[in-house]
Formats: sequence, structure tokens, C-alpha cells
Amino acid sequence: MANLSATQSDSRVVPLQEKSRKAESLLRLALRRFLRHRAAVIGSIMLLAIVLYVTVGTLFVSEAVANRTNIMGKYAPPSVANPFGTDEVGRDVLARTIYGGQISLMIATAAMLISISLGTLVGLIAGYFGGLIDAVLMRIVEALLAIPALVLLLLLSRPLAGNTTEVIFLGRQLSATVLVIVVIIGLTSWMRLARIIRAQVLSLKEQEFVQAARLLGASDARVIFGHILPNCVAPIVVAATLEVGAAIITEAYLSFLGFGVMPPTATWGNILTRSRDVLNQYPWMWIAPGVLIVMTTLAINFIGDGLRDALDPRMKNI
Amino acid sequence: MGPYLLRRLLQAIPLLAIIAVLVFFLIQASGDPLAEEAANPRFTQADIALMRARLGLNEPLFPHRFITWLIGDDWRLRDYTGDGVLDGYGSQRGILRGDFGESYRFKQPVGDLVALRLPNTILLGSSAYIVTIVFSLIVGIYASLRPYTLADNALTGFSFFTFSMPIFLIALLLVQIFAVGLGWLPVQGMCPARGECTTVERARHMILPIMSLSLISIASYSRYIRTAMLETINSDYVRTARAKGLGERRVVSLHALKNASLPLVTLIGLDVPLILSGAVVTETIFGWNGMGKLFIDSLTFNDSPVIVFFVLLVATAVVVFQLITDIIYGWLDPRVRIQ
Repeated sequence: MANLSATQSDSRVVPLQEKSRKAESLLRLALRRFLRHRAAVIGSIMLLAIVLYVTVGTLFVSEAVANRTNIMGKYAPPSVANPFGTDEVGRDVLARTIYGGQISLMIATAAMLISISLGTLVGLIAGYFGGLIDAVLMRIVEALLAIPALVLLLLLSRPLAGNTTEVIFLGRQLSATVLVIVVIIGLTSWMRLARIIRAQVLSLKEQEFVQAARLLGASDARVIFGHILPNCVAPIVVAATLEVGAAIITEAYLSFLGFGVMPPTATWGNILTRSRDVLNQYPWMWIAPGVLIVMTTLAINFIGDGLRDALDPRMKNI
Repeated sequence: MGPYLLRRLLQAIPLLAIIAVLVFFLIQASGDPLAEEAANPRFTQADIALMRARLGLNEPLFPHRFITWLIGDDWRLRDYTGDGVLDGYGSQRGILRGDFGESYRFKQPVGDLVALRLPNTILLGSSAYIVTIVFSLIVGIYASLRPYTLADNALTGFSFFTFSMPIFLIALLLVQIFAVGLGWLPVQGMCPARGECTTVERARHMILPIMSLSLISIASYSRYIRTAMLETINSDYVRTARAKGLGERRVVSLHALKNASLPLVTLIGLDVPLILSGAVVTETIFGWNGMGKLFIDSLTFNDSPVIVFFVLLVATAVVVFQLITDIIYGWLDPRVRIQ
């Protein structure tokens, strides 16, 4: 504490430096604070490496390899041909983690988009309009929060489990359960953000610039999206980042409990799950997907932490 | 305090109503309870229609079936054969009158089924929770007294790492190390297959589930305690306490921790009711015969009455605990009561 007040008074002594800092754009300032966060930088590099792994990797192995079964070569230990070994039907684990990683990251990103849009929209509407709309929306949020997240997920996934249809996406044949999982994760994870945004809107809408915009005759939509939303970007970006990590773990949980993406489409979650009964005998089956899941989530959590510090230091506790 | 209490109570009622409606429609939307029979060639179209009528599925979802679900149908005439003629009074009493129906799978009243599992879950859940609180207090306070040192950073790193792991990975690794590898502890179950189930044996079976359950919680709780402690430890009254010559132990426990634990009340109030829902994943892995396992099994067998009871029980517990937390909070911090 003593140190902190010392630096504060120091900066007052050197007003010139303070001034040159003010001139920096908010984005640059945030970027600088982010780059000073060592864990966040390490996290970004880790995440970049993982994204490269699942994208550049496809140039070396085709998806046919990832789904090709070879009963004769099942549970093969790591070798030159199969660097991460093979699984219970002889599929190459390396190829599966590459293609499965794409699906896992895609699921997580898409689910995040749904969750963030829904959370932001509900928060904006509830906070801005207040009254009955606010009361109803917030009771729904509370009701959904009263049911444990995993229970809610499983409830929603029950009618959709065991779906065996396939869809074509980006030239790839995927199990339709991929879409189902995206929607389920998105629909069950927006409530906390809605609350944060609502609280933010409640304080923002009393501020002068919003009052001024209203007095100038701006429509509700313009005030909400033009004036209030831009001031909510910090919590949205942080929540979006952390949500991607949470969604990757959620997908793994759903797979583990048998409500996840159906094979042959691979995800990190369902590769990891398949090794459950043979954990001890064939460790290579879980090491690669396990490490990838933990690394990705860890990287994303680091980045989220850094973004929180960089964008809005006051949000520490949320 | 009186008006505050009343207001919070009144707020809880619409909340429970919304939860009930939500659960009803979620369950109804999640599939036809007769799907299996309909696919079975042994049943004719007429058999299925009769079964539907007997279960009341021929009535409109809203309001008929919803009302039946809520307050039963023993007070109104029902058509049980699907021929348009009213046959007699119904037999259900509805969830509001404590009738949650019978499990399709076990042919037992849902309440009895839950009464068997709930003690197991509470035993495991509350032990894990106590372990969590004790260890996270130790770790959190320790880290907050040495912020940004090597030890603190290592603990931060470790908690980030644990936090990024799915619980089943932790559980499976623990089983591999302590049960399969070292052979110190049983792989799963609640009791040895043969012989008496002594307290010692039961405790041995609980160690691994408790470890898997509490590791992730300790990671997040200790972070929370550390942050709260750092905030209070830098405040003026703690400095005053130090300045007037109080011992460090007294300053930390009486002045810093006491104030830092206020937000902890909220955290505990939010998490304690979740003990009831059991640990779905952990109970599945360790074959612990509790609520979480019952829920997952009921989902697999499409056992709707059990699912409904389970969800409503947990949701009600959450709402009730929120109420209790708010009351305690209002009592601890009078400023809360005003708004």
C-alpha cells in the first residue's frame, strides 16, 4: 500500500509523462497492459500453437486417415507411423486429435457466440427498459441459475442424444450432434453475462452522455446499441474468452456422460472418454487429448485473466 | 428486518413458479414416454392409443396436463380409454400435494427412491465441502499474506491448472495413481464387495471421491479467499490494528479474515444446496450410489418422474438457500436491507 501511494504521487510530480500516456488510444493502452501480463502472453502463444496444430496439421493428414479403422492395429503404442498410438479400433490418435480439435474449437466458439449474444441482449433489454420486462427476464435468469449447469445441459440434451443423422459443413461430413451440442451449451451459459451486462446498463443509463443522447431524440435502439453497448465491451470480451474455455470442458463432460458428439466425428472430449476403461493399459489414448484440453483451457483462462486486467481492472472480482 | 424478510420471501414464490413451469415443459419436450412401445411391433396402434389415454397423454399439454401435474386429477372426471366417454376420477395428486408419481424403472414412489440415495450423497458431498473450506482457507490465507512471492505464484499457477481440467480427468488420474498403481485405496464402490462395511472401510472408499470433488473447488475458493483477504489486509482498520500493537495472528484472524469472510457467506450459500444434486460425474466414476448417479441413470432410462423430482428438489434448495444467505447477509451487513 505504501508503495502504491508513492508511485501515485510520483506520477503527479511528472505531469508530462502522464499527459503522453493519456494521448494513447484506449486500445493501445489495453494492449500494453495485456502484454505486461506474463501469463496472458504465454496463454496467447499456447493458444496460437494449438490453433496451428489443428489447422496446419490437416495439410499433413487427411480426415480419411482420422476415421480409418484398422482392427489389426488397435491399441498400438506410439510409433513413427502413429506418433500418438492408435485407439480401440486402430484409428490414428494424432489424426483424430487434429480433426477432433477443429470440432472442439468450433463447438466452443459457436457456443460462445450464441451464449454471448443471448446474454448481452437479455442484459441490455432488462437493464435499459426496467420495470416488468426486467422483472420477468431476471426471474427467468434466476430460475435457470437455480438448476445446476450440468443438470440443465443434460436435461436439454436428452431428447437429442443418440441422434445419428449427419450434416455437411465446410465440405466435411459431421454428426448432427455437433450442432445440437453447440446450441445446448450456448443456451445454458448466457445467464451470468446477462446479469453483469444488466448491472452495467443500470449504471450507464443514468450517466450524462446517455441522458444527452436521449434528449437529442435518439431512438431506444440507437441509445442501446450506439451508446450503451460500446461501454459494455470489456465484460463481454472477457466473458467471451472465458466462455470458449468453459465450453471445451463442457463438451468433454457431455461426451463423458454419453450425451456428447457421436462418433465417427471426433472431438477431444470423446477421444478422451473412449480411453476411460483402458486408462492404465494404453495411456497414449488419453494423454494427447487430455493434454490438449487442459492446455487450451489453461491458455484461454490465462488470456481471459489478462484481458480482464487490461480492459477493466475494476472487474477483478467478477 | 421484518419487511426485508417478507419482501425476499415474496420474491421467491414467482421464482419457484417459473422453475416449475420450466421443468414441466423441458420434460415434456424431451420426448415421448411411449416411444419405445410405439416402436415395438408387438403393440398395435390401438394398444398405443389406449396406453396414451391411460397416461393422460391424449389431453392437451396446456392447461390440462400441466394442471394435473401440479395439483393432480383425483378431483375431476377423466377419459381413460380414449373413446370420448368420461370413465372416472383420476388417481394423481400432483406435485404441489406431494405426489411425484412412481419411477417407471423401479416401480417405486419417487420419494422412497430419493430417500435411499440422499444420505449417501449428503455424506460424500458435505465431507468434500468441509475439506474444501478447510484447505482453501489455509491456502487462501497463506497466499494472501505473501502476495506475488514464489509460493503465491506457484499456488496461482496450480489453481489455474486444476481449474482447466475436467473433473473426470482428475478422478481417473487419482484412481490410476492411488487405486490401480499403488493399490492403497479401492477403485470404486461404497463398501468392500465382501465382508462387513465398517466406518473405516467406508472412509477409505470416500477418500478418492472427496479428493476429486474438492481439488477444483479448493482451486477456486482459495483464489476467492486470497482476493478478499488482500482487499481487507490493505485497509485502514487492519493497519490500525497493527499500529496499536496487536499480534499478527490476532490481526489476521480477527480483523482481516472476519471481514473478508463476508463475501464468502454468499459463495457458501450458493454452493451448499448443490451438494444435494450430488456429483453427477464423480458418483458415476466411483459407482457411488447417490443422487447424481440416480439422475444420470434416470436420464438414460427416460425415467421422467425421477428427473422431475430431482430437478425440483435441487432448484428449490438453491432458492431456499439464497433466501437464507440473503437473510444472514442482511443481518451481518445492515446496509443490504435497505435496497
